Amino acid sequence: MNTATHTLDHHDGHGQHPTGLLRWLTTTNHKDIGTMYLTFSLLMFFVGGAMILAVRAELFQPGLQLMKPEFFNQLIGVHALVMIFAALMPAATGFANWMIPLMIGAPDMALPRLNNWGFWLLPPAAMLLTMPFVLALFGIGDGAVATGWTLYAPLSVQGGIGVDFAIFSIHILGISSIMGSINIIATILNMRAPGMTLMKMPLFCWGWLVTAVLLIITLPVLAGGVTMLLTDRHFDTHFFNAAGGGDPILFQHLFWFFGHPEVYILLLPVWGLMPHVLSTFTRKPIYGHTAQVWSFIAIGVLGLIVWAHHFLTAGLPVPALLYFMYSTMSISLPLAVLFFCWIATMWRGAMSFETPMLFAVGFIVLFGIAGLTGLVLADVAADAQYHHSYFVVAHFHYALFAGGIMGVMTGVYYWLPKWTGHMYSEKLGKLHFWLTVISFNLTFMPQFFLGLAGMPRRIPDYALQFAEFNAISTVGAFVLGLSQLIFAYNVWRCVKGGEKASDKVWEGTSGLEWELSSPPPHHSWDIQPVIKSH
Amino acid sequence: MTTLNPRIPAKLFAGTGLMLAAGSALADYTWNFPKPVTPIARDTLNIHNEFMVIITALFVVVFAIMLYSMAKHRKSTGAEPARFSGPAGALQWFWVLVPFGILLFIDFVLMGIPAFHAVIEMEDTRTKADMVLKVTGLQWKWKYEYPDSGIQFISTLSTPREQIEGKEAKGEHYLLEVDNEVVLPVGKKVRILLTSTDVIHTWWVPQFGVKRDAIPGFLRETWVRIEEPGVYRGQCAELCGKDHGFMPVVVRAVPEAEYAEWVDKKKAEMATAAAGSDKTWTKDELMAAGKAAYEKNCAACHQPEGQGLPPAFPALAGSKIVNGPLLSPEGKLIPDSHVDRVLNGKTGTAMQAFKATLSDADLAAIITYERNAFGNTRGDMIQPAQIKALR
Repeated sequence: MNTATHTLDHHDGHGQHPTGLLRWLTTTNHKDIGTMYLTFSLLMFFVGGAMILAVRAELFQPGLQLMKPEFFNQLIGVHALVMIFAALMPAATGFANWMIPLMIGAPDMALPRLNNWGFWLLPPAAMLLTMPFVLALFGIGDGAVATGWTLYAPLSVQGGIGVDFAIFSIHILGISSIMGSINIIATILNMRAPGMTLMKMPLFCWGWLVTAVLLIITLPVLAGGVTMLLTDRHFDTHFFNAAGGGDPILFQHLFWFFGHPEVYILLLPVWGLMPHVLSTFTRKPIYGHTAQVWSFIAIGVLGLIVWAHHFLTAGLPVPALLYFMYSTMSISLPLAVLFFCWIATMWRGAMSFETPMLFAVGFIVLFGIAGLTGLVLADVAADAQYHHSYFVVAHFHYALFAGGIMGVMTGVYYWLPKWTGHMYSEKLGKLHFWLTVISFNLTFMPQFFLGLAGMPRRIPDYALQFAEFNAISTVGAFVLGLSQLIFAYNVWRCVKGGEKASDKVWEGTSGLEWELSSPPPHHSWDIQPVIKSH
Repeated sequence: MTTLNPRIPAKLFAGTGLMLAAGSALADYTWNFPKPVTPIARDTLNIHNEFMVIITALFVVVFAIMLYSMAKHRKSTGAEPARFSGPAGALQWFWVLVPFGILLFIDFVLMGIPAFHAVIEMEDTRTKADMVLKVTGLQWKWKYEYPDSGIQFISTLSTPREQIEGKEAKGEHYLLEVDNEVVLPVGKKVRILLTSTDVIHTWWVPQFGVKRDAIPGFLRETWVRIEEPGVYRGQCAELCGKDHGFMPVVVRAVPEAEYAEWVDKKKAEMATAAAGSDKTWTKDELMAAGKAAYEKNCAACHQPEGQGLPPAFPALAGSKIVNGPLLSPEGKLIPDSHVDRVLNGKTGTAMQAFKATLSDADLAAIITYERNAFGNTRGDMIQPAQIKALR
């Protein structure tokens, strides 16, 4: 506490911070930038959500009611790109910006100006992605990218200007993510408090370290792939055109070499956060800290070498099929270590179930369904039935909504009092949790059965035997979407005011970040704390 | 999260039972894969069922432990938190390692071994294959070829537009019905070769347990041996553009004798069509045949009234290309002319080279129709024989 007060005095001496809009445009403060990332993420979460509600409304009944198939195809692809690149990834980066310096006892991120740039690349990228929708209204082009987020060639070679906009948007988002990753790696490796060895570093930072390394390894491959797509479209190269000696499947290899690690890029920060939340609300130390660190690393490494399980029906040779099947199955082992550690952390604790804990438990159970269905999806023979079907759609929403988004919500409820200095409404938080969990399952559980019954994904209209499950799923989706307004309101309310939060916020917390005031001073850890070895 | 109401599990079971009962009341309502009719589909279903039992058991066991802990180790019941943060002592290490031993066994023995055999069987397309069926994906229809008998035809969705737009009641096989069904003999091993002329499509019939991508410029293969006569329906499974949701696969499996009859009938039809390209057609005949062929092959993009869906799908009504000259004075193809576009397509767009899929008569009829419909008044016509010469 003394350190913090000292910091504040020290910088007030300089006293010249811009205010208003200029503050946010020019800020190099990790907390301001973290706040901007999180705000942007929340906004885009609703944009992506609105798109998919339109899709679900169309799918409420068989027949084409609301939109043309071309527009439907635009909505599903842009929904995915927005949710992945503009909602989930910025949310995780926002967490990193806010929490990593606080957790490791650093005064700020290592590269604050780069940090500012990294954020301000996001709004133009999001505008590029969605602008073709607007341009189409004025008769320019035929709308946004309509190839699904996977941009498979040659469909994407054939597509309209939406594809070019998406390619440039991905370039910019990629640059932003790589800058963020460099910053996080530099901060973690150089700015930890004396005495905090890597193995003592909080797991959230470890999750992010592995994510950052994965991003730096895989994003250039995606950038290269979409650039080749761009030259195929406009400069007559034939990377993905068999007539010119190319191969459409090459694009799938390039895309999924990024795309599979991307799943872990989205989830590792959440896996890093879970043990902190569980330990806090069980009032018990994290179980298996070292084991979890090695599991993160193992998942990162395995994640880089299993990509082709995303196109097992493309006609790979038998040895490749077997390799990708068994390597994918082996991911279940480090993942099981994480589940084991989470449950062992809870075991014989003294649990209480505030909103973050509810979300954490919801996350574990529902993400468990994602993991188990992922294990069966790895099987090449059964995958022939699951692949390209609603079974896959359900599976990855259990991974990325229940795993990703609910993980992010766990973090928001957990850290919001620290960030704002106010407690959120526990009553609204619990309401939000229960509505989310129930409507989430109502939306996605029927999709498993739709997939088994043979409904392909990405179709705007369907045969009559799929009608009942689709209707249920649409009702669930609307409840799920509307429930998130409670979340937005709760956050807004908490930012504005409310019951004062203590420095420790929760009874069971431990770690440097809880030693600072709530909210922490504008500049924290000006004098580095020292971690005593024990 | 108070203590569990003891009546909840009972209610849950009753609820599930009700749902299952409701399910059996609706004939097409399924909770699992549809009934398998090939050895691969049966294998796949068995594997799937086994896997579902395994993962359900894992789920129940793991979360039962968690729920027990959540009920028992609560602050409100006065639980004192333990301080352990890892396994201590040989016994605890043993209990930590047991679940991983079990998981290794499940992954690579319980699941891994049947999966291995299924993959080998699934990919064995050549051993003792009785016949070959070549499947070509096109935006948005399927072309089927039987190399043994020379039969080939295009199969497109036959559900009327009115049903899709909700102006008519939807039929029983809404979106899963086609004009030309693929006919295959029961009990024969059919090696299926797949390719595409434009983008990637995926040929999928759930009851066959077979799903394989059709990739432009490459051949892929799979196989089926259908064990029961019947009509089996599936769909394209890879997003392939605008009408991805409207290119079904319908296979009719028939006994061998019936199959032979069908082959003879198809061959006769093909001979009649071939004769059509040698005779001279009147303009009225071309216009009538052209309208029908246009509506089947062109109207999805260029629209029934030729207004198109610009900018992706240009209008034909008043189009410069359609209203341009037909052929050069020497009767040769003019580059980028109307005939060139229809025959050879336009690279980089959804406009395909229709000479690969349509007969001389259909091509001549469509070109003639387009030049004299939608307010276009070129007045000229082209004969199937001329198309034949241009190929």
